[in-house]
Amino acid sequence: MNRSHQFEIPGSYKKWTIGLIVAGAIAVLYGMIFYHPFTPVVHGAAHGAAHASTDATRFWSVLLQNSVFWLLVVNASMFFICVTTMAMGGWQVALRRVPEAISSVVPIIGTVTFIVLMALIWGGRTDIYHWLDEEAVKNDKLLTWKKAFLNPVFFTIWSAITISLWYLLGKKMRSISLESDRNGPMDYETGKKWIFKNTIWASLFTVFFALTVASTIPWLWLMSIDAHWYSTMYSWYTFASSFVSGMSLVAIFVIYLKNRGELEYVTDEHLHDLGKFMFAFSVFWTYLWYSQYMLIWYANIPEETGYFKIRVQGPYKGIFFFNLIVNFLCPLLILMRRGSKRNFTLVTFMAILIIFGHWIDFYQMVMPGTLKEHSELLPFEFGVACLFIGLIMWGVGRYLSKNSLLARNHPFLKESMIHHT
Amino acid sequence: MAGIKKFVVGCFDDEKVLFPAVKNVRKAGYKIHDVYTPFPVHGLDHALGLRETSLHTAGFIYAVTGTTTALSFIGWVFTKDWPQNIGGKPHFALPAWIPITFETTVLFAAVGMVLTFCYLCQLAPFIKKHHFHERATDDLFVMAIECTDKTNDGDLQAFLQNAGAKEVNVQVAETGWWLGRYDREQKLYREEKGY
Repeated sequence: MNRSHQFEIPGSYKKWTIGLIVAGAIAVLYGMIFYHPFTPVVHGAAHGAAHASTDATRFWSVLLQNSVFWLLVVNASMFFICVTTMAMGGWQVALRRVPEAISSVVPIIGTVTFIVLMALIWGGRTDIYHWLDEEAVKNDKLLTWKKAFLNPVFFTIWSAITISLWYLLGKKMRSISLESDRNGPMDYETGKKWIFKNTIWASLFTVFFALTVASTIPWLWLMSIDAHWYSTMYSWYTFASSFVSGMSLVAIFVIYLKNRGELEYVTDEHLHDLGKFMFAFSVFWTYLWYSQYMLIWYANIPEETGYFKIRVQGPYKGIFFFNLIVNFLCPLLILMRRGSKRNFTLVTFMAILIIFGHWIDFYQMVMPGTLKEHSELLPFEFGVACLFIGLIMWGVGRYLSKNSLLARNHPFLKESMIHHT
Repeated sequence: MAGIKKFVVGCFDDEKVLFPAVKNVRKAGYKIHDVYTPFPVHGLDHALGLRETSLHTAGFIYAVTGTTTALSFIGWVFTKDWPQNIGGKPHFALPAWIPITFETTVLFAAVGMVLTFCYLCQLAPFIKKHHFHERATDDLFVMAIECTDKTNDGDLQAFLQNAGAKEVNVQVAETGWWLGRYDREQKLYREEKGY
């Protein structure tokens, strides 16, 4: 087989991509027309009988949930590349183009996310981010104190820097990888230099990733919905959620390509390791879920329990525990066996289940704070998700059909080919 | 069931020689009792045709036992036997029990698996095991082949010498010490990928 083989997008893939994007676009258009999202709403109006205002809040909440979730998921695959690069991990080289392709979607979804965030911040709305309501902040000791961090200008600047640096640093990592395709086989010295260059950029990305995904970004984008509440676990929790979904997404694409007869050097061993990531980070997610919940439950301090009151005892009770079953019990019991991590069907099923579970997880992070008991889980919510899945499929297909599926001159390629768990 | 058996022992000093030797010995139809190595050799279990160990299944069962033990015991203590008001929490305070449950799960799994492992390897305090070669703990790969009454050990020794063994001898040793000893099921050699 030609070693610079590229992926030819099959017709069914194109059909699904277009279908999902069209379905999603219809959902968003429907929302724009019928949910009146551009009429400014002040916080608290949602409690009234006026249903139109809940609709608008619903529109923006769903967009916020989906754009942030899918952006963090696609960005997680670049984090995966960077940490494995820094750890001098060789096993992932055979499938490395897949996470690369997924991370190439960051600028697309990043732009969408940025537009959504800016619309929320500068659109005269206070129903999503309560801390934008200047009147309320003035009379609120806690929010006045938090103003140094929670203000529109800092939010805008930091979001812009974050998304562009994720894009630029990721792009650099991808271009270093693609550059090796063009330059032909490397001798020992060139290879050493090339790996070192990779390591430098990977560490820059990882440090910035820690400053954003593992700390400030979930605080700004998601935790500030419940502006009075805070949890030091929150960002790690969000990171775990997005990373396990990101690994599941990689697994889905790897299995898809394997089934199309591509990725000849990827074996059950590689899939086994991806399955291990899915398993391990599901457990890690649960660890953070539990640590956050248990401390608040135990201390029972009113300003902390407010966050969980509506989720555990309110209208979100079902979703809250469903979340735990799908994201903890299922991966734990199903992915534990060695055989199941090597089974294409089972890993695909679990990957879809995990991504869905963490989508629901983000749903219950956003909705209770914005919509209170008025949230819905109807075709509109799933339609918006379809838009983002379609965008991911489009971007991944584009990258894989333009570039070689195998990083054929990577010095660690042989290590990956003979990988054995 | 302990039994005295005769073994032909071949010592190899190179992994690259050991693997083809294992393959050829099995191909010739001899039964390899075990290969003793100074460190875990990747893929040797596969080359020997050993079946997948059940140790992890045992571990899972121990872990579930641990979880059940912890939950039922704590549950019984705090709701039936000695209910107390701790910080105004309900008697059935599941979140507070999770850490102990987790630790018990790990403890049961770990201790249970260590003991099972010792049993499977027939190791126990004060049990003296036969060493086929002292240097198996240092720098030699020691292959012990079990002899039946049909085995011609002279032929076998020559065979091992040809396969690259540095040292070949015949030893008589006791194989087990425990009732129902763990006898590895060895598959017959097959011509297929991975062997």
